[in-house]
Amino acid sequence: MTGPLAAIFRRDLTLAMRIGGGAMVGVVFFLAVVTIVPFGVGPDMNLLARIGPAILWIGALLATLLGLDRLFQADADDGSLDVMMMAPTPLPLVIAAKAAAHWLATGLPLVAAAPLLGLFLNVPPEAMGAVALTLAAGTPALSLIGAVGAALSVALRRGGLLMAILVLPLTIPVLIFGVAATNAAIVGPLPFGQPFTILVALSLMSLVLGPIAAAAALRFGLE
Amino acid sequence: MMRLTAHALTCQRGGRIVFADLSFSVAAGEAVQVTGPNGAGKSSLLRLVAGLVRIESGRLALEGGDAEASIGEHCHYCGHQDAFKGSLTVAENLAFWTAYLGGGGGSAEAAMERLGIAHLAALPAGYLSAGQRRRLALARLITVARPIWLLDEPTAALDLASQKVLAGIMAEHVAAGGVVMAATHGPLGLPTRELAIGRAA
Repeated sequence: MTGPLAAIFRRDLTLAMRIGGGAMVGVVFFLAVVTIVPFGVGPDMNLLARIGPAILWIGALLATLLGLDRLFQADADDGSLDVMMMAPTPLPLVIAAKAAAHWLATGLPLVAAAPLLGLFLNVPPEAMGAVALTLAAGTPALSLIGAVGAALSVALRRGGLLMAILVLPLTIPVLIFGVAATNAAIVGPLPFGQPFTILVALSLMSLVLGPIAAAAALRFGLE
Repeated sequence: MMRLTAHALTCQRGGRIVFADLSFSVAAGEAVQVTGPNGAGKSSLLRLVAGLVRIESGRLALEGGDAEASIGEHCHYCGHQDAFKGSLTVAENLAFWTAYLGGGGGSAEAAMERLGIAHLAALPAGYLSAGQRRRLALARLITVARPIWLLDEPTAALDLASQKVLAGIMAEHVAAGGVVMAATHGPLGLPTRELAIGRAA
């Protein structure tokens, strides 16, 4: 794998894996959110099993957004963003490559951890697969939507606050259909396919629109 | 023959006019030293040519370049920030920029050797001194081929020996038909034309 896009994908992945890179921060945060819920709602096994998939999804959503505001800020702070924007490689593709590296470093570990954390919430074993599958289909959308917020927070020189206000509302459809698909798989009565297809469509739409919107935001941020 | 022409450029940053009605022309094989008091807009001019600052009014044109590419895509920009990651090694940082910007220049080993940072190749860039960081930033001038070099205070933090090496690299680039525009207060160590901007301090 060579070329500019492979180079930035590999660099972002390496940075995330190195000490201080923050790839595992998301998983640890996810673990923290999921483990405190049973203490909060009490040891009602039936209730936990019912709200378990939703808790897993909310935990994964917050864990994905946790470090996302640094996606472009880190490059803007050390001057890398200037050089990146001068290169002949189209900026939306560069952003897509960065988002892909972000998902691989923070989204995929969440998907892998979800079945294990489901045990804390008394999620039935047959539902673990559904949770992991919906998270795998939905978390790329979170990384891509978050990239738009990250680009805006660089462009407008406001920090994480803007990120939360702008990005969280846009991620709500992903959350709704992610949880709906999971519940459909466990209790019904809706077929699993319907909400799951919409979830996949949301991810694909973010893949097309997210990088373009983020690139426009970064260009707007030029003085 | 490549020629960069600016006509009546005005630059505005943060609601303040930095410079106005600036016209100049730089041809291939020329080194231009941009001089002026602090705040005159030397850095802003370089960023404007690089395409990182919007042109408020006026015109900037490049003749004889690749018509498909923007002016910024013809340029190397070395700003005050060195643009690399402290947790990657010196060699990894240089390899990334070489691959990302398309290469086409000398090898990374030769570039690091020339700038005297070859012995640091395996060290994370976060441990470098200010002068070594600057030399690493300049190494991509060698590994990636670009006709126009925009250098903001390139000699800052460099010792005398490194300044001489940099002057040699710039002289070779100019002799090969390249353009160097450097904002600096001190001498660059090669024959240059002076472009003075801004009010007298």
